[in-house]
Amino acid sequence: MLDLICEDGTTFTENSLAQSPLAIRGLTVTYGQKPAVFSVDMTVQPGEMTAIIGPNGAGKSTMLKAALGVIPSVSGRVQVFGKPLPSQRARVAYVPQRASVDWDFPTRVIDVVLMGLYRQVGLLGRIRGQHRASALDCLTRVGMADFADRQIGQLSGGQQQRVFLARALAQNADLYLLDEPFAGVDAATEKAIITVLKSLRAEGKTVVVVHHDLATVAEYFDNVFLINTRKVAEGPVETTFNSVTLQAAYGGRLAATQVEQLNQITG
Amino acid sequence: MIWDALLLQLGYNATLVSVGAALLGAAAGITGTFLFLRKRALVADAVSHATLPGVCIAFLVMASLGGDGRNLIGLLVGSALSAWVGLWCLNWLTLRTRLAEDAAIGAILSTFFGFGVVLLTVIQTAGIGRQAGLEGFLLGSTAGMLFNDALLIAGGGAATLVIIALTRRALTLVSFDPEYASAQGINVPQVDMLMMGLVMAVTVIGLKIVGLILIVALLIIPAVTARFWSERSDIVVLLAGLFGAAAAYVGAGVSASAPNLPTGPLIVLMSAGLFALSLFFAPSRGVLAAVIRQRRFQRRVHLRQGLLALAQGQPIYENLTLRLLGRAGLVRRDGVATETGRARAAKALRDEKRWEILRRDHAQEPAAELYDGLRAIETVLTPDEIREIDAKIGAPQEIPT
Repeated sequence: MLDLICEDGTTFTENSLAQSPLAIRGLTVTYGQKPAVFSVDMTVQPGEMTAIIGPNGAGKSTMLKAALGVIPSVSGRVQVFGKPLPSQRARVAYVPQRASVDWDFPTRVIDVVLMGLYRQVGLLGRIRGQHRASALDCLTRVGMADFADRQIGQLSGGQQQRVFLARALAQNADLYLLDEPFAGVDAATEKAIITVLKSLRAEGKTVVVVHHDLATVAEYFDNVFLINTRKVAEGPVETTFNSVTLQAAYGGRLAATQVEQLNQITG
Repeated sequence: MIWDALLLQLGYNATLVSVGAALLGAAAGITGTFLFLRKRALVADAVSHATLPGVCIAFLVMASLGGDGRNLIGLLVGSALSAWVGLWCLNWLTLRTRLAEDAAIGAILSTFFGFGVVLLTVIQTAGIGRQAGLEGFLLGSTAGMLFNDALLIAGGGAATLVIIALTRRALTLVSFDPEYASAQGINVPQVDMLMMGLVMAVTVIGLKIVGLILIVALLIIPAVTARFWSERSDIVVLLAGLFGAAAAYVGAGVSASAPNLPTGPLIVLMSAGLFALSLFFAPSRGVLAAVIRQRRFQRRVHLRQGLLALAQGQPIYENLTLRLLGRAGLVRRDGVATETGRARAAKALRDEKRWEILRRDHAQEPAAELYDGLRAIETVLTPDEIREIDAKIGAPQEIPT
């Protein structure tokens, strides 16, 4: 068995690589000549919920997008369930940031969720009653079934986010990657989303979330991954989410009051 | 004359032009909708202007080889090649330099068009071959249209439509959410390239009828027109095809009904007419509908505020409010509430409290979402649910007289 020695000196066996739903090695992404993500390794634990946190511009979303091939990377290797990504696309569901699309686009809520069945229905296949029914099921799970026929622009921000989540659910994937799903949403939406994510975990699925609210990390997640262009720390919330790692990731950008708050949360 | 033209009674050539134009209009409208949804409408303008050098070079090559320089297929192949070069330059500028797409479009459009005009002038002044009619590619010319030309347009249009029918789902997904499409394993640059290829095809087959300067109108106007009428992309696409075909058919008919009426510009004007009609009169998204909606809303707000003021015994200062209340028989001329007025006021105040409770309840979110301060609570709750809320509020409040 071949051991890989990573940047920070830890080792991963090929075996642990094969078991991880998402294993990233040496990923570097640059905008122009400036690295946004530099030589990052990440090993997501199966069946658990992981938060990716870090200051603004630390490369959280960029890392996720590059891992999915949405944006090009300069170097790095990504394995999904131990295999190259292209063969595993059907097992991966991605929830992009809400702001990444035009909500005045002429489409209804149900149509957006049906996009999640794209791979299943195929390029030419007819959308049948069964597809509609399963799309409605997904909307029910996020509490949006009553909105199925609305134009998406008529929804509030939180509702739009839940529709995006419903689209990911429709894929019936094994690995869910969400980019800032809690950003700018109302309390009802946050509750609805976290309930769904926890139910996914209960079904044995793996959830990775780019997260910005440090106050809820310990409550929502099992693992935490801290990044500031380079990887800062990775591990279970109990051992890894503390003022030392946070200071390392956020540096001076963490206000004194925030640090105090965090000390209370993390004990 | 116009009716004769629309009923295809104006002879062989006019019929050929009308049918060909309608097919082109449908293909352009449908292709253009995806371009519009992808927010790259202006790329079509760069592509169409980039065809001119190709047309001229193709003419020169064919004439110098001793053939007929005006062979339509040859000219269209030339135009497609140079449009491709223009598109490639545009992509390169956008992806590899820091130039924004709009600036790149401006640069490509003017450079290629300028080069084309130089070539055209050289051809005309040098008197190479039988060049008469070459300038028709600028604004379209249907005068000498042959059956084969019409066949070419029909075939090209049909092929475009078939390709779109086969790829519509990918085109829509990439237009709406390219990041998600990419994560789903769709090759977004390839789909974009396909979209541009289709635009190029429509442009090239439309050169003969509409000309390169106006073809962008056929791609874009039907799409924005159709957008007024539907909130569903599949319906917008079909409507755009319909509007495009109708405008082209009528425009070609009108131009055939009298001598010296240009076909392309008339088609564009017809299309613009449909656009103007939709802009003002479309339900829900139209300007008129918006004005009416706004006025109705304002009246409802005034009425509601008036009722709440009555219920709380506050004076009403606004004339519009008093007028509306009076007209509805809710207050007398002297501003005192009538019997019905007091009943309605009491109901308004009670509904206000019911909404307050409802909006605190997370389980009722879809209903609470509909709150606008005006809607009657009976439209969102069952009588049982209202009774449940009433139990929390207590007895109705007395209205001061």
